[in-house]
Amino acid sequence: MKNIRNFCIIAHIDHGKSTLADRLLDFTGSVTAREKQDQLLDSMDLERERGITIKSHAIQMDYEYEGEKYILNLIDTPGHVDFSYEVSRSIAACEGALLIVDAAQSIQAQTISNLYLALENDLEIIPVLNKVDLPSANPEEVTDDIVDLLGCNPEEVIHASGKTGFGVDNILEAIIKRVPAPKGDPDAPLQALIFDSVYNTFRGIETYFRVFNGEIKKGQHIKFVATNKDYYADEVGTLKLTQVAKQSVKTGDVGYLITGIKTAKEVKVGDTITDYAKPTTNIVEGFEDVKPMVFAGIYPVDTEDYEELRASMEKLQLNDASLVFSPESSAALGFGFRCGFLGMLHMEIIQERLEREFDMTVITTVPNVSYHAYTNKNPDEAFVVNNPSDLPEPSTVNRVEEPYIKATIITKADFVGNVMSLCIEKRGIITNQTYLTPERVELTFEMPLAEIVFDFYDRLKTVSKGYASFDYHPIGMKPSKLVRLDILLNAQPVDALSALIHADNAQFIGRKMCEKLKELIPRQQFDIPIQAAIGAKIISRETIKALRKDVTAKCYGGDISRKRKLLEKQKKGKKRMRQVGNVEIPQQAFMAVLKLND
Amino acid sequence: MAGIYIHIPFCKQACHYCDFHFSTSLKKKDELLQALIQELVLRKGELKNISVETIYFGGGTPSLLSINELKLLIDSVFKNYTVVENPEITLEANPDDLITVQGQSKTIFEEYKSIGINRLSIGIQSFFERDLKLMNRAHNAHEAKDCLTLATKYFDNISVDLIYGIPGLTNNEWIENIDTVLAFNIPHISCYALTVEPKTALESFIKKGLIDNVDDDLAQEQFNILVDKLEANGFVNYELSNFGKSNYFSKNNSAYWQGKPYLGIGPSAHSFNGDQRSWNVSNNTKYIKSIQLNELPREVEILSKTDKFNEYIMTGLRTIWGVSLEKVEENFGITYKNHLLQQAEIYIKEQLLYIEKDNLLTTKKGKFLSDGIASNLFKINLI
Repeated sequence: MKNIRNFCIIAHIDHGKSTLADRLLDFTGSVTAREKQDQLLDSMDLERERGITIKSHAIQMDYEYEGEKYILNLIDTPGHVDFSYEVSRSIAACEGALLIVDAAQSIQAQTISNLYLALENDLEIIPVLNKVDLPSANPEEVTDDIVDLLGCNPEEVIHASGKTGFGVDNILEAIIKRVPAPKGDPDAPLQALIFDSVYNTFRGIETYFRVFNGEIKKGQHIKFVATNKDYYADEVGTLKLTQVAKQSVKTGDVGYLITGIKTAKEVKVGDTITDYAKPTTNIVEGFEDVKPMVFAGIYPVDTEDYEELRASMEKLQLNDASLVFSPESSAALGFGFRCGFLGMLHMEIIQERLEREFDMTVITTVPNVSYHAYTNKNPDEAFVVNNPSDLPEPSTVNRVEEPYIKATIITKADFVGNVMSLCIEKRGIITNQTYLTPERVELTFEMPLAEIVFDFYDRLKTVSKGYASFDYHPIGMKPSKLVRLDILLNAQPVDALSALIHADNAQFIGRKMCEKLKELIPRQQFDIPIQAAIGAKIISRETIKALRKDVTAKCYGGDISRKRKLLEKQKKGKKRMRQVGNVEIPQQAFMAVLKLND
Repeated sequence: MAGIYIHIPFCKQACHYCDFHFSTSLKKKDELLQALIQELVLRKGELKNISVETIYFGGGTPSLLSINELKLLIDSVFKNYTVVENPEITLEANPDDLITVQGQSKTIFEEYKSIGINRLSIGIQSFFERDLKLMNRAHNAHEAKDCLTLATKYFDNISVDLIYGIPGLTNNEWIENIDTVLAFNIPHISCYALTVEPKTALESFIKKGLIDNVDDDLAQEQFNILVDKLEANGFVNYELSNFGKSNYFSKNNSAYWQGKPYLGIGPSAHSFNGDQRSWNVSNNTKYIKSIQLNELPREVEILSKTDKFNEYIMTGLRTIWGVSLEKVEENFGITYKNHLLQQAEIYIKEQLLYIEKDNLLTTKKGKFLSDGIASNLFKINLI
């Protein structure tokens, strides 16, 4: 146990976490040349392409230092605020953390919030200044930032380059010397923390865990505390680049477990694994049942694909327990599902994975957060509104509450004004402003979560020229003035285009929606009026003008076959659109409200 | 009843908008002529028991052929097929070919008549020099008028082609073009909106910005002007682009829209026998070589029930005969009819389609949108 080191990496997106991890694997000989590919740990194509980590991963490296053999367990963490709970569980499984900071960009909001998490968990922090080889690197200043933040000595900051491999030996030395060995009682009853799970088509769910006390043996009868279910450990082992089955995984180590569990729902990140007969009295603290923050409808483009979509979503859920869904139906779109996501990125990822892994083309409706409505009849009982159609008649509503967040934004001093204006426009109230350095400011706001859903990230990026990082945490519900904005096409309300928005924004968003839909809905053979309405009141209107000419002049013997095929192709192309009443609506129009400023 | 179309794939020069098959080299003319005659022989079995009602020389530019050459082809049709009494025999002709033969003992028109040609389709396109230049037509504005003066002396059954929606052509100029044709008392007019076909010179000029793109709004205005004017002068708009006085509708062309069989002879020509469409290779050399080996250089497409239904909708909506609901039920069954009525509902509501005497027809407003409407009325097999 004294030669085990468990550590994670805290870094902002693009600060080079995955590349540096690759270098660590290289240097310790954990990968052969044949296995080598960029961003080894990001196993999903989507992760590699987007350069972000979506799932947690773990890998064990063997390293000999000063004649002694060490086991280094690297627990890679997701790099996006949508997945902050998973990050917190990965942190809880470690004794140390590499804090990777880009030598050109310095510390970002997300890094800081994860750093605080690591400090709360008493992790030993090893600051690493990455990308020092970049021409734009500013090592002195960024080192100062780190020293200010951690209260460490400048000498403790390791200079490195994931690209060249420079400094990797120093990092490994620091992990061994500075990260404490795990503590724990090998003879105590089993106590292990689940920090992730992965679905494997052939073997079912693979649970990743860290043993705090006792050991987990092959064949052992075990229990998951939070779900209160028991299993037999069919296989346990450690996580090299491929899994290595073992007779047992001992105190302080990290490993995987296969029990024949088929659905990810049974394996909750943060849960404690213990022995069935001799359960531990200490469960690992910090377990939470992750709750979805953002809800949207997902519908098959072709109504006939409903059952197939259900099957695909179920398969996706095997692998991503944070996805929740229940059937719903829409007058415009037919049968589909109301889905809950951890955040906007998570929603995008699900949509993209449905397309890539299951070949399902879907329509996603305008997302909304989860509101609490109180009716006059029942003023003390919250009625959860996850769907615009759930909002009761305005006259029967006593009050509505919406979820608020504490948002932390770190930006350059130059952009403070812009960022503030944006946050105020988004109904934010500033609660704190701290100059981390003369150049870097941390702003703290209380804001409605709903405002983050509506094009906040893109706007923030624009107003700060990319120099702003953002993190948030829910802080509970607050009263709100909520209205449902309805859209009518050709005088018919299209339920799937309805959105729940704050009353003060209704006029503006209504107008923008009409303009955006006018742009997105193709001209048809007749005029299509677009109206935005709140209740019976029309607040905005646009018209999509009819096509003037939609015919080819010649149609003789030689033209007929060619032309028929062309028109058939046109009709097939419209399969990707939704016919609502007599209007064909393209897929992207249903998300129009999110792109109002494009 | 059936029609025979003979494609003459030669032109003096290439019109900028044209995407039909033609060659501006006349080197292979004799060989090709022999091949056309040979194809007529090879395919005579295809119209057994069906008599030929129309013969149509299209192109290309059929008026490039000499009287003797045309006669050979007509004789060959008569020799190998059963032809009705007084068939409609149409020749597509360009104005420049019709006036260069003056000074001979007989005018070209008399010669045409002598071999049985009884209908001329003359490619005037415009009476304005600017338009003719823009489109790279072989004739000029004078020739356009002169040839009509002559032609009307000898021929009664004449059709004139005009093009509207030409960049630069104003509504007043368009009216002038129509009036000029009307003044010659021509009984049939085909009018086409200038269409930018892929891989034509016109497309390239527009892309380079040398010519303004065609304007759909302007085309629609000029179409409306046309319909109003010609209808006021006793013409029937019997097909989207075709206007005829009664008894002067093109029999040959109507066959295309009414699903009647036709035989297409020559490179790129299309044939239809009710169940299949076929088309010859669009290459003169390949065509000649293949025919010389007694092999038909064609591709064949067998039409499914859905294909036939879609074609009927597409062509029917362009004509005054419309789509007969009775015929749809009879030929395709009640599910097709119900599909059609259900899909048509919104267009009827929007006054783009209407039903009269059990026929589904386009309104004046719907006519110019009939492809888009047809597409939406199609049945699509999802495999």
